[in-house]
Amino acid sequence: MAKESKITDLLAADLTVINVGLEGFAIDLHAQNVDVVHVDWSPPAGGNVKLAALLSKLGS
Amino acid sequence: MLAADPVLVDVIPASVAIPDLGDRMILHAGPPIDWPRMCGPMRGAIAGIAVFEGWADDLETAEQMAADGAFTFAPNHHYDAVGPMTGMTTISQPLMVVENRAFGNRAYCAINEGLGKVMRFGGNDAEVLARLGWLRDVLGPAMGTALRDMGGIELKPLIARGLSMGDEMHQRNVACSGLVLRALAPVMAKTSRDTAALAEALGFIGANDQFHLNIAMAMGKAIMDPVRNIEGSTVVTAMSRNGTDFGIRVSGTGDQWFIAPVEMPQGLYFAGFTEQDANPDMGDSTIVETIGLGGFAMGASPAVAGFVGAGSAADAALFTRTMGEIAVGENPEWTIPALDYLGVPTGIDIRLVVETGIAPTINTGIAHREPGIGQVGAGVVKAPMACFEQALVGIAKELGIE
Repeated sequence: MAKESKITDLLAADLTVINVGLEGFAIDLHAQNVDVVHVDWSPPAGGNVKLAALLSKLGS
Repeated sequence: MLAADPVLVDVIPASVAIPDLGDRMILHAGPPIDWPRMCGPMRGAIAGIAVFEGWADDLETAEQMAADGAFTFAPNHHYDAVGPMTGMTTISQPLMVVENRAFGNRAYCAINEGLGKVMRFGGNDAEVLARLGWLRDVLGPAMGTALRDMGGIELKPLIARGLSMGDEMHQRNVACSGLVLRALAPVMAKTSRDTAALAEALGFIGANDQFHLNIAMAMGKAIMDPVRNIEGSTVVTAMSRNGTDFGIRVSGTGDQWFIAPVEMPQGLYFAGFTEQDANPDMGDSTIVETIGLGGFAMGASPAVAGFVGAGSAADAALFTRTMGEIAVGENPEWTIPALDYLGVPTGIDIRLVVETGIAPTINTGIAHREPGIGQVGAGVVKAPMACFEQALVGIAKELGIE
């Protein structure tokens, strides 16, 4: 109950949001006057598993 | 890269600069390519240079000779040279010599022909060939005499000044071209015996805002060649296009080319031309981006952003900051005042390119797809991601990593 209370309190407060990934979420929040910073992130190597594995072995 | 000390020291005939460059041998921009796959401007330039060298009586004969295998084609990069757009290099042309005094190596590039209808955009008529003859017989020797007399022009400080004056050294060279003319003019005046020829030479340089491009390209080659063959290094040592293929070379994989189809530049067109007229991306001039200039230094050149259709001055800064995400570091000697003296992003790391999905951004001229017409616009193009992905697999294989 205490945990739910904390979440409720958080969501009722003024939020500052860091959005990582899909920019659409940040755009929607901005449209609702929510303070938001968008981080342009995508999976390493565009999600290509083989290349991502090579990157980790090459010290990236 | 940062230890390089490039100096423009001379202008000499290609046959002297490149002893292995022989009869009926034509060096071109980009990775290796055969006649059947060459684009229109490249074919037009080859026909023109064959006539210029006296290997064919006319353009039609030259094209037939090329198709029949009468000429040997090779990349400029294989012979310590670079060339913009079609990048024609043959035995009698005067080549500017940039010496990297820190490592003792030299790199070569022909003199910039000027703007409009020129061979680097596929132009090949009598006017184009006459200009090449004048460069060979008048301007080249005059520049060479002056450069030898003055002990050369140091290029690192010249670039630093140019960045502070709004150049990015690929599509905007007006400041550096002016600085070169300032350095050369008094010495050319001192060493000249013909005031009319001197006036014509100085006027030619002064009228060409892109005169410095070819110097920057030879400088880039001279800086990058000593970076080749460092075991395990993932730094890009060359990027180059021939109008059909885009190729990169990486330090740790030596002279191996990693090749993918070129992309189409996105940009602005001169009056009367549209993207329907455009030739795909072409030229060795991406050696400029390879050393952290051009598209990488766009933050120094808000004016070029409008010229290539890249957006506002703020967008120009964003390009530079984005390229910083794929570079090993910054160049402390080449800084951008408007970005709080941020050094240009230096050392393209293929690992960062593949990891982030951010491909190098290049500022480029756009040629007409038909030979003999010339430049039709300028724009921005990206290096194909496939080149870097192939290179990553290549260097992993070189290091025994599966």
